[in-house]
Amino acid sequence: MTATRLPLHRRLREYGLDSVTLLLIPAVLFVLALFIYPFLYGLVLSFHPKAGGWLANYAKFFSEPFLYDTISITLVIAVPVTILNVLLSVPVALRVRLMRRQRLLTTILVIPITLGTVMVAEGLLTYLGPRGWLNRVLLEFGLADSPVRLVHNYWGVMLSLVITGFPFTFLLTLSYVTGIDPALEQAGAVLGARPRERFQRILLPLLAPGLAITLALAFVQAFTVFPSAILLGAPAGPTRVISIVAYQAAFEQYDYPLASAIAMLMAAVQLLVISALLAARTVLFRGPVSTGKG
Amino acid sequence: MAVVSRDFRELRLEQISRDFGQVHALRDVTLTVKRGEFVALLGPSGCGKSTALNCIAGLLQVTGGAIYLDDQRLDELGPEDRGFGMVFQNYALFPHMSVRRNVGFGLVTQRRPKAEVARRVDEALALVRLEAQGDRLPGQLSGGQQQRVAIARAIVVGPPLVLMDEPLSNLDAKLRLEMRAEIRRIHAMLGCSTIYVTHDQEEALSLADRILVMIEGQTRQIGTPEELYARPQSAEVAEFMGYRNLFPSSAETVDGGIAVIIGGARLLGTPIGVVGTQATVAIRPDDMRLTGGGPIAATVEIAEYHGRDFYAVARLEDGGELYFRSDQRVAAGEVVQLDAAPSRVLVYAA
Repeated sequence: MTATRLPLHRRLREYGLDSVTLLLIPAVLFVLALFIYPFLYGLVLSFHPKAGGWLANYAKFFSEPFLYDTISITLVIAVPVTILNVLLSVPVALRVRLMRRQRLLTTILVIPITLGTVMVAEGLLTYLGPRGWLNRVLLEFGLADSPVRLVHNYWGVMLSLVITGFPFTFLLTLSYVTGIDPALEQAGAVLGARPRERFQRILLPLLAPGLAITLALAFVQAFTVFPSAILLGAPAGPTRVISIVAYQAAFEQYDYPLASAIAMLMAAVQLLVISALLAARTVLFRGPVSTGKG
Repeated sequence: MAVVSRDFRELRLEQISRDFGQVHALRDVTLTVKRGEFVALLGPSGCGKSTALNCIAGLLQVTGGAIYLDDQRLDELGPEDRGFGMVFQNYALFPHMSVRRNVGFGLVTQRRPKAEVARRVDEALALVRLEAQGDRLPGQLSGGQQQRVAIARAIVVGPPLVLMDEPLSNLDAKLRLEMRAEIRRIHAMLGCSTIYVTHDQEEALSLADRILVMIEGQTRQIGTPEELYARPQSAEVAEFMGYRNLFPSSAETVDGGIAVIIGGARLLGTPIGVVGTQATVAIRPDDMRLTGGGPIAATVEIAEYHGRDFYAVARLEDGGELYFRSDQRVAAGEVVQLDAAPSRVLVYAA
């Protein structure tokens, strides 16, 4: 022990703890109360089924095709939507980066986010329905013999998820793309690399960490689809996504433990997919990547 | 893959221009760079010198004029096909690649065999004395080392022409001097033709065989460093080349030169071009001499000690400011008498 000990608050400051740290308390309480507690509560609840042993809810889920099929149904919607949105975002972001009226275009692209899923679904029903504008035009010009079915099925949900999800992936991708110094591409060009090679050898490796995050977030968003699966899909059949059966368990059968178990399974699937994504990124693009200095 | 060969006689810029909308960033610049020559494009920031360099590299299209390498027209080719080496202001090293892969980038795009890439990368790294850092990432290097990697990456493909865009501007003063010597050494060893953009007249004077002074997108003078230093052809170029003292004056042709009036004192000068009765007089601070019987009288306002000498700002009797250097001690408030040799008093038409 040294003779002169610093007062406690001085010692705490050495570890980055001072009175400003107290400002974190509301946020911590918020997360604990609204995220951690409900999650743990649900986890515990899922092991207390209405009938049967502690794993009965999970056993029930995996024994009934009506329930376990929802995982594959949701994946069949969420995975293509996620990939499509990110694949569309990259070229658009690369182009927008070079534009002068970037603000205007970005604003237009972001509008679907502000509208909300229900509004977009309403719009799509009007435009793409059997008596909507699109089908009237197609029929009028003889491009189709009967109305093309684009709502109340897989494609309706798909389209709505692209419309509401794209702005989100685009904005994320744009921020990653603009973080890359344009001089890097110019250097590649002067060194003889054609656009394709510049993309593969310079842009893509630098974008990879950002794209992995974008894919993960976009996937979570698409996997938890609910309103558009009901409004634009066929909630009894091909778009009976996992959130619908969770909702039915909770608010139609009043079986909260089963609903909790389904929610836990949703979380597990998302976690698996995200881990796989991040692992793939590490394998494909090794080495520390920073877009700052250089 | 590169279509441009290393054996060439000269690069010609024929009246190249570049407009951005209504703005003429570059107007009718004509320049011939001989093989092995080191040419500096010198000008204040925003004068169009970087635009000129980007046009030569192919990163910008010219909106007028043509670029030739001997008889081959270059301005219609993309940057990929010109085969030039370029050193960027912020180095533009690929942050995700090791030093070796950065340097080898141009060779890999040319689909060279692996063994050849490895050998030539080794040679280039040895040339810039970075053999030990080959496996590091650019972010782990110091500014000066990053600069060396950028140079190695530009020269490894054996380009006919190396373009440098203010390569030393991000370095501190000491490193800048070191890298200047390094660039000189590499140029002497490889003999590669170089176009070097800078706003620093000292850099241009010390490195270049010839200097092109560019102001407002136009060529104002092309010449050797000696010519530009001693004989700027216009008052504008003189101002940029360090002629801090610029005075409007009447002018009168007399025996042995031209007589001008500075701060009420009559001084003999050397006319540059045809000078009428109204003139602009340009004198470097270092060409002013502190002498007892000098014709110009001025009151010292600020005197800075620069180690080897003093740099002073003085007020003339007619209110004008005069800058001079002196190896004798001067102090603020002191009244001094100054003179300048007629050959160092340049007189331009106003």
